[in-house]
Amino acid sequence: MSPRTKTSMNKTAQKIRKPKLAVWKFSSCDGCQLSLLDCEEELLPITEYIEIANFPEASRASSKGPYDISLVEGSITTPHDAERIHQVRRQSKVLMTIGACATAGGIQALRNFKDVKQFISAVYANAKYIETLNKSTPIADHVFVDFELRGCPINKLQLLEVINAFLNGRKPNTPASAVCLECKRRFITCELVTHGALCLGPVTQAGCDALCPSYARGCFGCFGPKETPNTSSLSTYWNSLGIKDDELVRLFRGFNAYAEAFRRESEAHEK
Amino acid sequence: MKSKTIKVDYLARVEGEGGLLVKVSGKKVTDVKFNIFEPPRFFEALLRGRQYSEAPDITARICGICPVAYQMSSVQAMEHAFGITVDGQLRALRRLLYCGEWIESHALHIFMLHAPDFLGYADAIQMAKDHSPIVQMALKIKKIGNGIVGLVGGREIHPINVRVGGFYKLPTCQELETFVEPLKWACDSSAQTVKFVSKLPFPDFERPYEYVALHHEREYPMMNGRLCSNKGLDIEVPEYENHFMEEHVSHSNALHSILKERGAYFVGPMARYNLNFDALTPAAQSAARSAGIGKGTNNPFKSIIVRSVEMLYACEEALRIIKEYEPPEKASVAVQPKAGIGYGCTEAPRGILYHRYRLDERGNILDAKIVPPTSQNQKTIEQDLREFVPPRLHLTQEKLTWQCEQAIRNYDPCISCATHFLKLEIDGNAGEGGKCEID
Repeated sequence: MSPRTKTSMNKTAQKIRKPKLAVWKFSSCDGCQLSLLDCEEELLPITEYIEIANFPEASRASSKGPYDISLVEGSITTPHDAERIHQVRRQSKVLMTIGACATAGGIQALRNFKDVKQFISAVYANAKYIETLNKSTPIADHVFVDFELRGCPINKLQLLEVINAFLNGRKPNTPASAVCLECKRRFITCELVTHGALCLGPVTQAGCDALCPSYARGCFGCFGPKETPNTSSLSTYWNSLGIKDDELVRLFRGFNAYAEAFRRESEAHEK
Repeated sequence: MKSKTIKVDYLARVEGEGGLLVKVSGKKVTDVKFNIFEPPRFFEALLRGRQYSEAPDITARICGICPVAYQMSSVQAMEHAFGITVDGQLRALRRLLYCGEWIESHALHIFMLHAPDFLGYADAIQMAKDHSPIVQMALKIKKIGNGIVGLVGGREIHPINVRVGGFYKLPTCQELETFVEPLKWACDSSAQTVKFVSKLPFPDFERPYEYVALHHEREYPMMNGRLCSNKGLDIEVPEYENHFMEEHVSHSNALHSILKERGAYFVGPMARYNLNFDALTPAAQSAARSAGIGKGTNNPFKSIIVRSVEMLYACEEALRIIKEYEPPEKASVAVQPKAGIGYGCTEAPRGILYHRYRLDERGNILDAKIVPPTSQNQKTIEQDLREFVPPRLHLTQEKLTWQCEQAIRNYDPCISCATHFLKLEIDGNAGEGGKCEID
């Protein structure tokens, strides 16, 4: 960027009201919102164009809504949070979920597969001050979501791309294709075909740039199911190699266990 | 009698969701609650039935700020259960990975979460308007730490390259060498940081804490050592549960951890530093002396200096490991699962992180126990507030509230970590301390 363009952009930034960005946390590890602070080189330049209006992990100050973009991290696991997400939605023009917890319920959604109702009620009778729902659910189960950014954690470059796209009124460039495509583009030897690795790459959405295969291990599905994944075909192949059903259940029951396609596949292999 | 309530509904610049309540009647503090309302995620329960090999990836998700710590404690526990030793360059690489996490986590806390309190800013972005070079430097140091985690671990948040027995893939000498120059710069910058933070205005506040940290005969503790304290504790890690216990209090979704004999204790940089000063590098020692904490410190507000000294140490240590690196023959040692119990304890940036797993003969997890640093510091945090508030009642409500928040941020609390281990006590359960987890 030439100094001149930069000055003119700075002027524009000063004149126009900066769009307001808010960050909200629900049940999560904080890693996805940390991605914003991990934008070490971009963080200060971003604030020239965007007002970070609510981001408790980073600031004591917060300004009132409505917000132009809300980034929502985490899943809904308590009655209080099931209410709170509606307040967030009402104050947000665009609501974007960031990460596997907000998009699919996260690793804490493993509880969704257990019959816990009876157990929880037994526990609650004596521990009233613990409030928890018996399922961990994605944000889209509760309110309308404008965009879902995948990953456990999200890719910070994709985060910047999505914020940029929304501010400029264009479609974000975050392909819904498989990790396999990224692998091929990087000329990485196929872990599944060559080493018989349990690699979820064929059914997992791209976004990590085939990280695990590039470190000689199979993909374990951080970015959730890709568009139209053929999970049963992959399972049939593994069954033919002698992989047992309980192993397949564990494989599909990771950080995106409650995402529709992975959930159905793991249930199909459960006795 | 005049009464006063200090209340913060949602604490800022900490990881996770917590609040603060201090009630004062006259000149006496009648109630202190460091209230944790972050929803529990029941990790110990959901680990049951998973394979030993999945523990490093699953437990990393407890905390996005210190995933390496979870991976290190879990692999150590599994290796202990199977009787495997990971040594030599593989151990050095793990230490390098840990250095990366210390650097990025400490840089984040020193500059972005803690320093704004001392200088009167709401956040680092506001601070950058007046202290641009400092914030730029902070971001650059943080980036170098993250870069090391990214290279050795695969990515900064939730690394993918750590496995029981070692790694999936080894970095090359050339890849590591790209960090030599940046780390040299980071050593100088960390030394400057120590100088900068030592001049901040510190409230006059000291208490006779019991510090608990790992202690190793040859090195500043990260992954190995005995668990020691300044009040006589000196045990092997597997003895942890004989000496520590967890209490369940109504206002917190995290259990309070205490020493059975003496109650509250203090873990983290202050504890490591006060117990292991001799193991620091000469440069780190001399920086600490110039900053006026050469003989140790009992002022938790000065933890920002200690963190800076540790950041300097971690940069120097990373540089040493890279210079001495020779790629080992294999990326990992062979692992043969067997039934048993394994213990692990490593020094997360915020303090000791204890893991215990019971495994069956195929390496399936039968049960797990994880005690994160913040739940160990909770009681000490509340005790600090009890003593910190009374002499400062003349301050305006706003100022006192801010200082109370700052007193909590001294501990760099990671509430996300602390909460996820909740167990519920069921009244009338047979036997002593019959605990029950939501499964």
